[in-house]
Amino acid sequence: MIARRLALYALTAWVAITVNFLLPRMMPGNPVQTLIGKLQGQVTSQEIRAIRLSFGMGIHQGLFAQYFTYLGQLFRGNLGVSITLGAPVSAILHESVPWTVGLIGLSTLISFALGTLLGAMLGWTRGSRFDALIPTATFFQAIPYFFLGTVMLLIFGSNLHWFPVLGAYSQNVTPGWNWTFIANVIRYGELPLISIVLSSVAGWMLGMRNMMITMVGEDFVLMAVAKGLPRRKVIMHAARNAVLPSIANLSLAIGLVVSGALLVELVFNYPGVGDLLLQAVMNEDYPLIQGIFLVITLTVLAANLIADVVYLALDPRTRTEAAV
Amino acid sequence: MRALRLPRSPKVLLGLCILAFFIVMTVIGPWLAPYNPSSTAFAALLTPSSHHWLGTTSLGQDIFSQLLVGARATMVVALVAGLVATLLSMTIGIAAGYLGGATDDGLSLLSNVFLAIPGLPLLIVIDSYLPVSSRSNEFVIGLIISLTGWAWGARVLRAQTMSLRNRDFVEAARIIGESRTRIMFSEIAPNLLPVLASSLLFTVLYAIGAYVTLAYIGLTSTAVWNWGTMLYWAQANNAPLSNEWYWFVPPGICIALVGTGLALVNFGIDEFINPRLRAGGISARQRRELGLPRRPRLGLTPVLRPRPNRSLASAKLVTK
Repeated sequence: MIARRLALYALTAWVAITVNFLLPRMMPGNPVQTLIGKLQGQVTSQEIRAIRLSFGMGIHQGLFAQYFTYLGQLFRGNLGVSITLGAPVSAILHESVPWTVGLIGLSTLISFALGTLLGAMLGWTRGSRFDALIPTATFFQAIPYFFLGTVMLLIFGSNLHWFPVLGAYSQNVTPGWNWTFIANVIRYGELPLISIVLSSVAGWMLGMRNMMITMVGEDFVLMAVAKGLPRRKVIMHAARNAVLPSIANLSLAIGLVVSGALLVELVFNYPGVGDLLLQAVMNEDYPLIQGIFLVITLTVLAANLIADVVYLALDPRTRTEAAV
Repeated sequence: MRALRLPRSPKVLLGLCILAFFIVMTVIGPWLAPYNPSSTAFAALLTPSSHHWLGTTSLGQDIFSQLLVGARATMVVALVAGLVATLLSMTIGIAAGYLGGATDDGLSLLSNVFLAIPGLPLLIVIDSYLPVSSRSNEFVIGLIISLTGWAWGARVLRAQTMSLRNRDFVEAARIIGESRTRIMFSEIAPNLLPVLASSLLFTVLYAIGAYVTLAYIGLTSTAVWNWGTMLYWAQANNAPLSNEWYWFVPPGICIALVGTGLALVNFGIDEFINPRLRAGGISARQRRELGLPRRPRLGLTPVLRPRPNRSLASAKLVTK
């Protein structure tokens, strides 16, 4: 099973890379030409030639030859040069990716754990007054992440001053591996983290509730009750089985959650990939936009793979299938 | 429409009411708008008053008019994207499930690849290369969004089709020599109506989110008013930090309400497909009136059947 998933992700990565290569060369209206027109006078003619080259202009090379040059550069980690920042895209990404992985990774884990727990309880006590949580959760699920972030920023950041806002750490501390800085980073990360968890927890919760309701009707749960097992054990028994589809769906949901969470960074001026993406879009910095797209895609694929491995470890049935 | 008779739970009714409200707003909103949403004739940053129900922007535009006019573009894009994506997932899902073999392998691979690529970053890359004239065209944007949103539906429909393909009625149609296209679209598709409806609601929900997000980061034409461009201008003028809540809260609430409406109706469809969830949807009061135990019993699923000449559904406990 893992081999098949690996092949799928490899193929997906290839599709993303190819889309990245083809888009600027196929789009009508030649946006890169327009961009170069705007840059005229701001950068040297040498730089313009470099930009033209990276988009396959003025090269007397077939599309295929260009494609292989492009792939070769990618494998050497060369993602081109950012037009507005003047630095290599890979170097820029190297600075912002850790922030994003830390913030979004941690909030996804927390919201998955919390949502699964709440969903299991909701499913168990179905029909009780806790069901009133469902419309509320649905409402939260429908709010765009960035909007909830904005409202949280307004209420808890700029009005109540409970949390520091804007950025990942205070201007007064120097970055480094010391406790003051780490504590500061945690303090600044709280509000973005809470807003991402609040926006994404409802999805996990509702999915888990539905699975739990289906599970509670199964014979093995009835059997567990008939044996006289304590309630807590029965719930665990049902929940462990209900969580499997949730984990199987994890790899599908990661892409959606990451997409939403990227925009939260933008609201809080968090120095991660999402914030960078907005700057790149505003400045029409095509090499940077494409580099970010590639990095996000590859990271999401890696996260998918991890979710698949976890699923494999938890569900013995898939392991037997894999052995066959 | 018998096939789609939704359970009449308060959740579903609430969802339908919300959706009806916003559909009316989409149709007549632009006519109801008191002012031209782009006109800068008023004083800047007025707080809500009887003249300007939701105040004005920093350019002196009436926010309430923007909200009413913006409903149309938002809903049109969502609907176009939802319909096209559902059509795509129906064609691909049913073809993969019914034809099987190499076709299935190819189509399944295609949808798995589209599922694995994160949709929003892909959308942003494609959209950033679009000429500005296309960005203001709701149909072009809707089509592109649908390209990133069909895969999930296709997967669900494929699984459902596979459970139907060996049923007698499909077999019968095959034996009397119906063409494969006809079997897929006239025999199988109508039986997947609840799943199709659920997939439509899901993609419309996704499309609203995607469109508003694109507009929010400034990737749609700012000349077209939609709820996302309103948020874009509010953010660009630092409205959230200067406490101008009346500028950015209304469009956000509208987006969330439309989404809630869609999701609530979807609950009804889920309960229609999975009867066990239906039993989960009985309220405590109904439970008492039906004489069911207050706490749900394990392994016992109440089955709801409409009883003629009675307003309440009858219920009895059966095992499984």
